[in-house]
Amino acid sequence: MTKYRTAYLNARLLDPETNLDEHGDLLLEDGRISDFGPGLFADGSPSGADIVDCGGHCLAPGLFDMRVQVREPGEEHMESIESAGRAAAAGGVTSIVCLPNTNPVIDDVSVVEFIARRAREGKLVKVFCYGSLTRGMNGTELTEMGLLAETGVLGFTDGEKALSNPLVLRRALSYARTFNLLVIQHPEVAELVEDGVMTEGEIATRLGLPGAPAEAEVMMVERDLRLVALTGGRYHAAHVSTAATIDVIRKAKRDGLNVTCDTAPHYFALNETAIGDYRTFAKVSPPLRSERDRQAVVEGLADGIIDAIASDHSPYDQDSKRLPFVQAAYGIVGLETLLPLTLELYHNGSLTLLDALRKVTINPAKLLQQPFGRLARGAPGDLVLFDPYKPHQIDVDAFHSKSKNSPFDKRPVQGVIHRTVVEGRAIYINTE
Amino acid sequence: MAPTSLSTDLSALRFPHRHLLGIEGLSPEEITLLLNLADAYVAQNRQRDKKSDMLRGRTIINLFFENSTRTQTSFELAGKRLGADVINMSVSSSSIKKGETMIDTAMTLNAMHPDVLVVRHPDAGAVKLLSEKVNSAVINAGDGRHEHPTQALLDALTIKRRKGHLDRLTVAISGDILHSRVARSNIQLLNLMGARVRVVAPLTLLPTDIDRFGVEVHHDMRQGLTGCDIVMMLRLQTERMRGMFVPSIREYFHFFGLDREKLSYAKPDALVMHPGPMNRGVEIDSELADDINRSVIREQVEMGVAVRMACLDVLTRADNLNPPADPLEPGS
Repeated sequence: MTKYRTAYLNARLLDPETNLDEHGDLLLEDGRISDFGPGLFADGSPSGADIVDCGGHCLAPGLFDMRVQVREPGEEHMESIESAGRAAAAGGVTSIVCLPNTNPVIDDVSVVEFIARRAREGKLVKVFCYGSLTRGMNGTELTEMGLLAETGVLGFTDGEKALSNPLVLRRALSYARTFNLLVIQHPEVAELVEDGVMTEGEIATRLGLPGAPAEAEVMMVERDLRLVALTGGRYHAAHVSTAATIDVIRKAKRDGLNVTCDTAPHYFALNETAIGDYRTFAKVSPPLRSERDRQAVVEGLADGIIDAIASDHSPYDQDSKRLPFVQAAYGIVGLETLLPLTLELYHNGSLTLLDALRKVTINPAKLLQQPFGRLARGAPGDLVLFDPYKPHQIDVDAFHSKSKNSPFDKRPVQGVIHRTVVEGRAIYINTE
Repeated sequence: MAPTSLSTDLSALRFPHRHLLGIEGLSPEEITLLLNLADAYVAQNRQRDKKSDMLRGRTIINLFFENSTRTQTSFELAGKRLGADVINMSVSSSSIKKGETMIDTAMTLNAMHPDVLVVRHPDAGAVKLLSEKVNSAVINAGDGRHEHPTQALLDALTIKRRKGHLDRLTVAISGDILHSRVARSNIQLLNLMGARVRVVAPLTLLPTDIDRFGVEVHHDMRQGLTGCDIVMMLRLQTERMRGMFVPSIREYFHFFGLDREKLSYAKPDALVMHPGPMNRGVEIDSELADDINRSVIREQVEMGVAVRMACLDVLTRADNLNPPADPLEPGS
């Protein structure tokens, strides 16, 4: 039986895991990377292969977005597995991991199987999900973590809800450790945040909006880390956003604790001034922070304390956002802006190109123990072909996502995706 | 004719304790003594005439502050087979919660001159506290999560009779170790007698620092059972299955319930034990529990009576009964 082959010629091959950055070619066979390197096709391109001329652009592992809200099942009018898949493909993302805050909640094997089936039907990106830590995200009863893990969930989290009860978190960490599973926390002391909708401080005071102290984040992380030390569990802090939190995690990592963390583009690309005149598209949880905290996030990414960047894709329709700021939903739609916003860190000199890519490919994949995010012989053929330099303006109207709630509309960025490939199959080709 | 000879054969052996409060504090020789004596009582219990008059005139009170059917019945039968007068007192734990009231109850009973008090209490240490206040011998029939020495002894007797020895055996104890007094007593006894002990449970059901008890800790049933001679299953209380320690019954059974597939990792002649009462389909497959070739669960119950007879025997021997007199009643 002949193999299905695609030859990618004339590419700048980038692999963050091995720090590969050189001009060359790459061959996919039956959905897997069979070979790559400079002068691979010096003797002529392989017979019977489809040829893709990369035009000297970057060919890198497809992005692995470890934090995406998909809204299916339950709120398909805002986003579906299919529409999120198309948005991801357009964003160079080849794997997404869904939060369990759907309706019904992903707390049962049957929901995991439903999502897997819908993803198969969509034939787009790879769709994984987390299971909720507690049943119906009720914060008290553990879910069937072992069975859920056997069905394929990659970790456990109560999504946008912090698991506040320390006894439950302790048991969750212990129980998860039994099966070597990851527990992901939305780090925020909800009782301290109360009705706060943005970070407490001068701007909140001027706008007359209820603020929440930035300390609410670090307090939760500090407490949680004590439980991590007690239980030996694997813990991941989602979307860290303050200097204090990053300092605490820096120390915990130095002490050898089993802790990792990610952030989202809006925490290094924006600060609280983006709220401006009550712009609800800039309303997120945790809220946008001060400029000092934003700089700390950039530093945390540069020195490796922050392991990954996730889009924290949170689609909302107009009705959820066209409201007084206090009433509007929290969240930013992010799959289609993940790569260009991450590349800003490269263009502004904060990170090297490979380091920036590392945060959205190999690091989150490794963290969730998935064999993706790398250019390696035998690895799945999940690729993104992009031009990191071409300038353009973000245009929410061109988004494939059903929801357009992005504060980045009209932002000038660099980086255009030409092609997205999953298991050797092009799921997105930029025809412009 | 009741066989009184067996106790005389062993009468030269001394049991230098006034009470039996736990396995902790016993020597391997003392455990061997109790097991040998119990082994002889097994024979007595299998005779048509099961009764002796060794403890005639002695009074035993079963004082249970926590519900029990099998342990209380076992002790009652053990006392009666030895010819003692046995009284059962069940004190519901709701009416007695405070130490002071428990001691009041004990003092009241003490005034009735029992020879042995068999006590179960939901709180660890309560039986020891009570033993300090009474003149009689006290047997711990289970105190909180602390100890249940007669259960460990009957388990040891069951194993010894089947395998011929305790030393060098590998015993896996699986289930709710955290809340189990049976596990604590068994770990101590088996270690003392030279067996290798493993505990197998999810981390939520393991007490902190259990590895300091000289056991191997496993979280994977197949791994934990590999090459075992004995698989000892523990009961999982239903109230602990609803998401606080274990997410659900089906998940627990899937990963930690003993079935034939998981048992196949143990030695081919490995025995299955359970202190009862069993939750069929939770910690143990129902059919396996009834398999007479593998399960010795009913044999454990039989050994229970014999072991308790041995304990009553050694604790009521004349040289053990001290202090002999209550100062208020000279000559008693």
